[in-house]
Amino acid sequence: MTDTSSVLQIKGLQIALPEGADRPFAVDDVSYDLKAGEILCIVGESGSGKSMSANAMMGLLPDLVRPTAGEILFHDTDLLKLSEDALRDLRGKKIAMIFQEPMSALNPLMRVDDQIAEVFEAHDLLSPAERRTRAIELLTEVGIPDPEKAARAYPFQLSGGQRQRVMIAMALALEPEILIADEPTTALDVTTQAQILKLIADLQERHGMAVMFITHDFGVVAEIADRVAVMQLGKIVEHGNADEVLDHPQHDYTRKLIAAIPKLHADDAEEADTKKTALEVIGLTKTYRSGGGLFGGPERVVHAVNDISFKLGVGETLGVVGESGSGKSSVGRCLVRLQDPDQGSVLLDGEDMATLTGEKLRTVRKSIQMIFQDPFASLNPRSKIGRIIAEGPIAHGVPAKQAYAKAAELLDLVGLDPSAIDRYPHEFSGGQRQRIGIARALALEPEIIIADEAVSALDVSIQAQVLDLLDDLKTRLNLSLVFITHDLRVAAQICDRIAVMQKGNLVELGTASDIFNNPKSDYTRSLIEAIPGREKELAAAG
Amino acid sequence: MLRFIALRLVKAAVILIAIVTLNFFLIHAAPGDPAAVMAGEAGAADEIFLQQLKEQFGLDKPLLTQLGIYLAGVVQLDLGFSYRQQMPVAELIWDRLPATLLLTTAAFVISLVLGTLAGVLASARVGKWSDTLISTVALLFYATPLYWAALMAVLLFSVQLNWLPGFGYETVGGNYTGFARVLDIAQHLILPASTLGLFFMAVYMRMTRASMLEVSTLDFVKTARAKGLKPGLIQRRHIFRNAMLPVVTLAGLQAGQLVGGAVLTETVFAWPGIGRLMFDALAQRDYNVLLGVFFVSAAMVLLFNLVTDILYRVVDPRIRAS
Repeated sequence: MTDTSSVLQIKGLQIALPEGADRPFAVDDVSYDLKAGEILCIVGESGSGKSMSANAMMGLLPDLVRPTAGEILFHDTDLLKLSEDALRDLRGKKIAMIFQEPMSALNPLMRVDDQIAEVFEAHDLLSPAERRTRAIELLTEVGIPDPEKAARAYPFQLSGGQRQRVMIAMALALEPEILIADEPTTALDVTTQAQILKLIADLQERHGMAVMFITHDFGVVAEIADRVAVMQLGKIVEHGNADEVLDHPQHDYTRKLIAAIPKLHADDAEEADTKKTALEVIGLTKTYRSGGGLFGGPERVVHAVNDISFKLGVGETLGVVGESGSGKSSVGRCLVRLQDPDQGSVLLDGEDMATLTGEKLRTVRKSIQMIFQDPFASLNPRSKIGRIIAEGPIAHGVPAKQAYAKAAELLDLVGLDPSAIDRYPHEFSGGQRQRIGIARALALEPEIIIADEAVSALDVSIQAQVLDLLDDLKTRLNLSLVFITHDLRVAAQICDRIAVMQKGNLVELGTASDIFNNPKSDYTRSLIEAIPGREKELAAAG
Repeated sequence: MLRFIALRLVKAAVILIAIVTLNFFLIHAAPGDPAAVMAGEAGAADEIFLQQLKEQFGLDKPLLTQLGIYLAGVVQLDLGFSYRQQMPVAELIWDRLPATLLLTTAAFVISLVLGTLAGVLASARVGKWSDTLISTVALLFYATPLYWAALMAVLLFSVQLNWLPGFGYETVGGNYTGFARVLDIAQHLILPASTLGLFFMAVYMRMTRASMLEVSTLDFVKTARAKGLKPGLIQRRHIFRNAMLPVVTLAGLQAGQLVGGAVLTETVFAWPGIGRLMFDALAQRDYNVLLGVFFVSAAMVLLFNLVTDILYRVVDPRIRAS
C-alpha cells in the first residue's frame, strides 16, 4: 500500500483503553490512508472509536488511553514515535483540527482575533500586527459577515455557525496539509450545517488539503465524502468509495446503519379532520422577559411562542419542527404546564389546561405526559427504576404494591426485562433509558404524550428502535403524540401532520407528505433543502 | 457601567439601612443595657441612679423613637456617642480602623497569593507526591481552629524560638520612627496575619486546584493544544484565567470580612483593632459602639460585593454583556 499521494497512512493501529472499560481496545488493528485533496469520512456510532485515531495522530488522547501497536505515518514520519516537542510543532501547522461544539471549543474570555493570532504565535510566525491582519483575512475567507467587527468579538457574541467558521479560520491559518473535522456540524441547525459543509468542501478544494471528517451521520457522508470508512466497536468493517459504500453496502453493519436512517418519504396520512380532537390549542403565547425590574437595567423580551393554534386528533402524531430558538420546546412545556403560558388556551376534555390550578391541574395533568431529550439527565440517578416509574401513580393515590406491579408490566411493554425494576439508571444504555422514560410517561395512563427531542441523543440504530416502539405503543394504547424535533427525517418517518415553527411563529401546518412534497413557505423549503444526503436519496428513489 | 454602579450603590444604601435596623432590634433584644452594666460597676445599683443614666443615654424613650434618632444620625454619618468611652463612636472606629485594615489586608494578600499559587502548583502535579503534600497541608490549615493555631504560633515562634514578637502592634516604649517603625510593625504583623490567613489560604488552594483541573478538561484547552501552543502558555492564558472566576467570588467574600473578621486574632495577639473594640463593647453592652462596628462591617461587605461584581465584569466579557 505505498501510494505516493497519501499524506497519511495508518497501519495496524491499536489503542488500549484503561482497565475496566467495556472492551480492551478503543481501536484495534485499524489501517487506512488519507490522500491529498480528498475527504475521507470516518463513520460510526458512539463508542465505535471513530475519533480515536485522529486524537492519536494529534497526540491528544485522553489520559490512560494510549497506542499499543501500529504506526501513523505522516509522509514518512511515524507520529507515534515523535517527541512531544516535535509533535507540537506539527499541530496547527501541518495537521489542524476542528471540533463538535464551537461554543466550548473557543476560550470564552478571549477575543476572536487573539485566538486566531495564537496559532501564529505558537509557531513563532509573523509580528503581532501581521497576525491580526491575517486573522481578519482568514475570517473574510471563511465568510463571516463584517470580519473586522467579528475579530474583536468574544465567542458568545457570535452565532453557532459563525463560531464554527472561526474554528475553521483558525485551523486554516497555517495552511495545514491535513484538516481533521470531528463532528463539526452535529451541534448546528440543519440550515447552518449545510452552509458549513459547503464551506469545508470549498476550502478543501481551494487549498488542496486532505480532510478527515468524523461523523455519525450518513446524510453528511452522502453530502461531502469521497471515501468512507465505517467503524464498529473499534474496527473498520467497511472501507471504500462513498458512492459504492452508500449504494451497495457490503457489510451487515453498514447495511443496518443505512437502513436505520429515517427516510424522507412521507406516507399520506389519514384525514386528521375525521378524527376526534384530543387536544386543542388556541392562541398560545409565551414571552420570556429578562432584566428589567427596579435595578435590573434594560429589559430583554423574547417572543418564544407567538399566538399559535392547532388541533391534535386522537391517535394522531403531530410533529413540531424547527431550528434552535424556534420556540418548539416552549410549546411542549406550555402544553404540560411546566411553564405557564401568557395567553391562549389548551383544551383537553373540555378543560382549559392553561388556566387550571391546584388539585384540578394535578388531576388533568395525568392525561398529558412528557418524554425528555436527555436520557441521562432525565432520570434521577439515586432512584431505582421501579420507583422512577411508580412515583407518579403513587402520588395520584395508587397503592404502592399495585403501582410497582404496573411498573413491571410497563417495563415489559417497552421491551425491557421486568427485573430492571430493582436496578439504577446508570446500569442502562441510552436507548434503554429512553425506554424507561417512555414507561414512566405511560405509568399515569395518559391520553397524550409530548416527546421533546426524544430520540435526538440516540445513535441512529437505537433511534430507529425507539421510534418503532413509540409508533407501536401509540397504536396499541390509542395515544396521541406531539413529537417535537429538529430532525426533519425523524419527523418524516413518524408524524402524520407537521407544524413548522420559526422564531416563535407557526409558519406552516400540514400533512407530512404535503410539507415534504409541496412546502408552501420559503422557510420550510429552505429547511428541507438543507437536509444532508437529500439529493442522493431523491436520485436513488427517482 | 456607571449606570450599573450607581444603581448598585442605591441598592446597597437601602440594604444598609435594613441591616442597621435589624441589628438595632437584635441588640436591644439581648438582656441588659449599658446603664445597667455601668450602674453595676459603679456599685450603686439603685433605681434613681439607673434612671438618671437611662435618661442621659436616651434609653428611657420608646424603642422606635430611639431607632429613629439613631437612623437620622447614621444618614448623616453620625454613629452616636459612646458614654462608656466618652468619645464619639465614629472617632473610636476611625482610630482603630488602620490597625485592623493592616492586619486583615495582609492576611488577605498572604492567603490569596500563597493559596492560589499552591493550588496552581498542585493542579500541575496532580496525583504526584507534591500535590498530596500541598493538599494535606491545606486540609490541616482548613481544619485547625484559628485561636489554637494562634496560640501555638505564639508559643513556637515567640516564646520558644524568640524570632518574632507575640503580641501588640509595635514595641511598647520602642519610640521608633520612620523606616525602623515600619519594620517594627511589620515584625509584629507577621504572626497574626499569617494565622488569620491560614483558613482562607487553604480554601483558595483547594478551589484553585479543583477549578484548574476542571477547566483543563474543557474543549477550548484541547483547541489550544491542537494549535501547537506550549503547555506553560496554555496553563497561564487559557486555564488560569478561566479557573480564576470562582476564586474572584471567594476573594470578594473574604474581603467583606476585612473589618469584622479578626475578632479572635486581635484578641489573642492583643492587636489594637476593631475586633478588640467590638469584643469589649459586647461585654459592656455599649450599644452605639457595637452598632457602629456592625454598620462599618456591613458597609464593607456591600462595598466588596460591588467590587467583586465589577471585577467579574472586567474578567468575564459574558457578564459585561448581560
